[in-house]
Parts: sequence; C-alpha cells; structure tokens
Amino acid sequence: MDPAEPAGGALQRVAEDPRYHALVARRSRFSWTLTGVMLAVFFGYILAIAFRKDLLATPIGNHVTTWGIPVGLGVILVGIALTGIYVSRANREFDPLLQAIRKDAEQ
Amino acid sequence: MIAPFRMTRWAAVVSACCLPLPALADALTQETRQQAVNWPAILMFGAFVLCTLMITRWAAGKTRTTADFYTAGGGITGFQNGLAIAGDYMSAASFLGISAQIFADGYDGLIYSTGFLVGWPIILFLLAERLRNLGRYTFADVASFRFAQTPVRLFAAFSTLAVVLFYLIAQMVGAGQLIKLLFGLPYSYAVVIVGVLMTLYVLFGGMIATTWVQIIKAVLLLGCATVMAFAVMASFGFSPDALFAKAVEVKTMLAGQAGADPASAAAKGRSIMGPGNFIKDPISAISFGMALMFGTAGLPHIMMRFFTVPDAKAARKSVLWATGWIGYFYLLTFIIGFGAIVMVATEPAFLDPLTGGLRGGSNMAALHLADAIGGNLFLGFVCAVAFATILAVVSGLTLAGASAVSHDLYASVLRKGQASSAEELRISRRTVLVLAAIAIVLGILFEKQNVAFMVSLAFALAASGNFPVLLLSVLWKGCTTRGVVWGGSLGLALALVLTVLSPTVWVTVLGNAEPVFPYSSPTLFSMPLAFFTIWIVSLLDRSGRAAVDRSGYPAQRIRSETGIGAAGASAH
Repeated sequence: MDPAEPAGGALQRVAEDPRYHALVARRSRFSWTLTGVMLAVFFGYILAIAFRKDLLATPIGNHVTTWGIPVGLGVILVGIALTGIYVSRANREFDPLLQAIRKDAEQ
Repeated sequence: MIAPFRMTRWAAVVSACCLPLPALADALTQETRQQAVNWPAILMFGAFVLCTLMITRWAAGKTRTTADFYTAGGGITGFQNGLAIAGDYMSAASFLGISAQIFADGYDGLIYSTGFLVGWPIILFLLAERLRNLGRYTFADVASFRFAQTPVRLFAAFSTLAVVLFYLIAQMVGAGQLIKLLFGLPYSYAVVIVGVLMTLYVLFGGMIATTWVQIIKAVLLLGCATVMAFAVMASFGFSPDALFAKAVEVKTMLAGQAGADPASAAAKGRSIMGPGNFIKDPISAISFGMALMFGTAGLPHIMMRFFTVPDAKAARKSVLWATGWIGYFYLLTFIIGFGAIVMVATEPAFLDPLTGGLRGGSNMAALHLADAIGGNLFLGFVCAVAFATILAVVSGLTLAGASAVSHDLYASVLRKGQASSAEELRISRRTVLVLAAIAIVLGILFEKQNVAFMVSLAFALAASGNFPVLLLSVLWKGCTTRGVVWGGSLGLALALVLTVLSPTVWVTVLGNAEPVFPYSSPTLFSMPLAFFTIWIVSLLDRSGRAAVDRSGYPAQRIRSETGIGAAGASAH
C-alpha cells in the first residue's frame, strides 16, 4: 500500500496538470457548499426543536396538520434532493473532465 | 430434562409477553393463540432461510480470495449496493422502534428519522468517492494510507471492534426479545439461531452472500412497509390531514379515559402533532443530532460497503439509491406509526387489559398494525421480515469486525503485510466464529439489561473516533500518525466515559440517584475534542515520522480525487 507505488509517473503528470487543480478546486467548493446547506438545514431544524417547539406545533391554516410535519419531512427530502444534485453534476460535469485528465496522464 | 425446561420457558415467554394471566384457562388459550399466530411466521421465515442458504451455497463457490470474502471482489453494482446499504441500515430497531415511538408520542419519532437520514448526504459529499479511491477492504486502509501502519491500524481495529460489538449486542438482544415474542421460541434459542445463521452466511458466503441477504431483506422490508402505509392511507381517502385528525381524536379520547379533564385531554391529543419531551434541552438536542449525522459517516460496516463496488462513480450512485430508499422508508414508518395510533390503540384485542399498554410491549405497534391490516398471514410475513432484518444487519457487522481483526490486526500489524491471501482468509473465518460465539454469549448475558443506549453509544463512538480521523487524514495535509492516534483515541475514550456517566447508564442502568454528566449524548463534547487533539498534536509533531506523513499527502490527495492506482474489481 505504498502511495507512490502505483503509476508514480501518472501521479506526477496529474500534479502538473492545471486542469486537475481547477477540477479539484471546483468540485471541493461544490461539495463543501452542499455540506454547508445540509448542516444548516438539519441543525436549523434541531435548534427549532430545541428553542421554538411552538412554531413547529402551529397548525397550518385550519388543518390538523402542523408546520412541523412538512418541515420534518422537508429535511428528509432536502437530503435526498442534495444527493441527487451532487450525483447529477458529478456525472455530467466532473466525470468527463476527470476522464480526460486520467487519459492524458496514464497513456 | 428438556420438558420441564420448556415448560418454565413457556411460562416465562407468556408472562414476558405481558399476556393476561387472570386464570390458568386464559393462560392456556393465550398460549394456543400465540402458536396459531406464529405458524405462518415460522413457515415464511423458513422459506427465507432456505432461500438465503441457497444463495450462500452459490456465493461460497465464488468466494476464493480475500477480495471476494471482504468486498465481493468489488463486483457489486451501484444500484445493488444502494439497496444493500439500505438493507444494512434499516435495522429492526428503526422499523419497530421508530414506528413505536410515533405510536407513543407522535411527532418525536420523525426527529430520529431525519437524524438517521442526514448523515448520508455528508458521506456522499465528503467521503464516499475518496473511500473507494483509497481503500480496499477496511476503512483503516484509508485512515492509515500515508501513516505508520501499526499504530493507526491498531486504533482503527480497536475502534471498529468497539462500535461493532455495541451495535451487535443491541441487535442480538433485540433479536432474542423479538423472536421470543413472534415465534414463541425461548430467548436463548432465538439468540443461538441468529448467531448460527449469521455465521453460515458470513463464513461460507462472505460479502457476496451478506450483500444478497441485505438486498433481499431490503426489498421485503420496503415491500411490507409500502403495503402497510398504503392500507393506512387508503382507509383515510389518501388524506394525511384526515389521518392526523383521527389520531389526535384517538389520543384525546384515550387521555380522557385515563382520567384527564377535557382541556388537558385535548392538549394531550394535540401534543402528538409537534415536538414533545423527547429532546429536553438544547445541548442534548444538538449533541444527539451530531451523533446521528456524523456517526453514520463513521460506522465501519457501512464504510466497508463502499469497497464492494468497482469505482468511485458506482460508490456515488450507491449513496443516491441508499438515501432515496432510506428516506422513503422513514416516510412509510411515519405513516405506519400514525396508522397504529388509529387502528391499534383503539382495538382491545391488541391491548393488555392489565396495564392498558400494547400487548407484547411497546415495540409491537407496527406488528399489531400488520395484524389489523392483513390478518394472521400478513402478520406472519411481517414477523419473518423483521427476523430477516436482524440477520442482514448482524451479518454485515460481523464481517466488518472480522475484517478488522484479520486484515488490520493480523495481516498488517502482526505479519507486516507478508501474510498470504489464504492465511488472511483463514484468520478471518476463525474470527467470524469467535465473534459469533461472543455475540451469542453476550446476547444471552444481556437479556434482562436495558440495551437501548448501546446503538446510540455505537453512533457516538463512530462520530467521535472514526469520523474525525478519516476526515482529517483524507483532507488535511498537516495530519500526522501521532495526531490521528491521539485524537481518535481521546475522542473514543471521552464518548465512552461520558456515556457511562450519562442519565441513561449512570441512573437507569447502574441505579445511581443523579447523573454525573447531565446530557443524553456525549458527541457535542467528544467529537470536537477528537478534532482539536488531532489538530494540535499534528501541529506540534516534530518527529521524523511526521515529515514522512506530510510528504505523503500530495500523492494520496491525487489518488483520492482521481482514482488513479485504486484497486479495481477483480475478474469474475
């Protein structure tokens, strides 16, 4: 499991490829942004439970259903939606770039 | 010799099920009723076991190398792995426990569900692809990638075994209780059956059989839950508001019957529609949320699943599928819990006349609902699926524990990477036997103990040890061997100590008057301690090893980002 062992030359060529650095910068900005959104949504929800239970227990209009129901289920849906957004952008945009970089490095 | 043992066991089972015992005649009819209910369950469970054993036989023929045994040779597709992850993650505790909590307190159960789900996006954004690109068999492959192997693997193996053991004990005790109740089998038989079946799957079929057991179980569980939720919604004309209104009405009526005045009965009824007393103080709330969210990202048996797919793209796809299925499942349990309030709480046949609680204990809400919806046959089916659920989860746990011993401790630490595939495989299989024996013995020893805290302890340990170590070793250049070993160990130790001093263990289990640590979860303190310790120790580390660790980062980073040099799928 020596990190330098597999395809040392390829690693060197990737390290010198400006496209690689651009890709990693863009991808990590994207994944940290999504991470931040998920953290904000979930801990926002937890803080609402901790400090403002009454808001979540307020009925919507004259229904029995309270705001807490769509908010709680919404947190789950946001989680699923964010994974969907990540996967679709990674498939569409990051993978082809990565393929090109790897192809040039591993030739 | 066996007959009297059986008799007393039966008596114990009957009383443990909280069945009414006003007269012997009643007890006898209860007993026969219990048996009549259980035959379909036993038959269907038998069919499941037969089917999974055939799969194990097939998988055994394909399991030749360590790669096959640990990771199914990396040949599982993203979709299959997504289902298997869902199967590994949707434990009987979440199916029965969350629906039971909604049945009891309404809204509070949803807080659990959200916490269990939100760890998945985090895994996807920060870890899944990098895990696949850097690791082969265990998460220690990733955590120790550029570090001194022996100390980091020792830490990782210890931490894996701790998490696996606590999770395993909780599952075994739950399995014993559940099967005792569902099938009318004595507790110890149930624990032994679970232990033996899991050993067969893992020992002979390795990861291939474990994956398929998890996939089949996921499909069955999702199918059952869908039918139940559909039936509940259908009886309310697919109007959630009508379901909630009826549930509030039922809870109000029950509170009135229990002697509450109309105003407080109405308040009690309405309370199921908002957050209640589940989370008492903000510190506990945040700490608990952190344990669920980041603990998921540190569970060794979950991380191991990312090594079963061919590449990073498939790892990514499997998280999307898993998140979708798990989210859908929690939506269903929410409907099932409210359905149980309406259809189970008002039906005397499901209630214990002595206590007024649920017959068979509070975790039985979903099962009684199955009875109410589809009668004995459907109840039998759901019982069989609940049993299958436990088998799938314990198999995955055992495999993760065995790989920590054989791959990290034996092959890497003891033999310094010189062990042959056959030797490693032999140690792995022996470890499976030892782990199964330990699980059976502890499962029986802990029968009467309150083990509910053990799952949350497993999550807290994973969030305070594995997660910080993994994240910083992959993403921070300055991280050193000394840093991760110190930080991870301190995080684990603090999480363990604070859990022992917390209300659940110090007061409820150990019987002391006042908790030393007042909050229900340690993670808010133990996880930052781990991060801080890794940072400060690494920063001050001037050893020769630290220089090697830091200089290894660029190559590791490129491999983790691009997958160049990553272990591919073995030829099948």
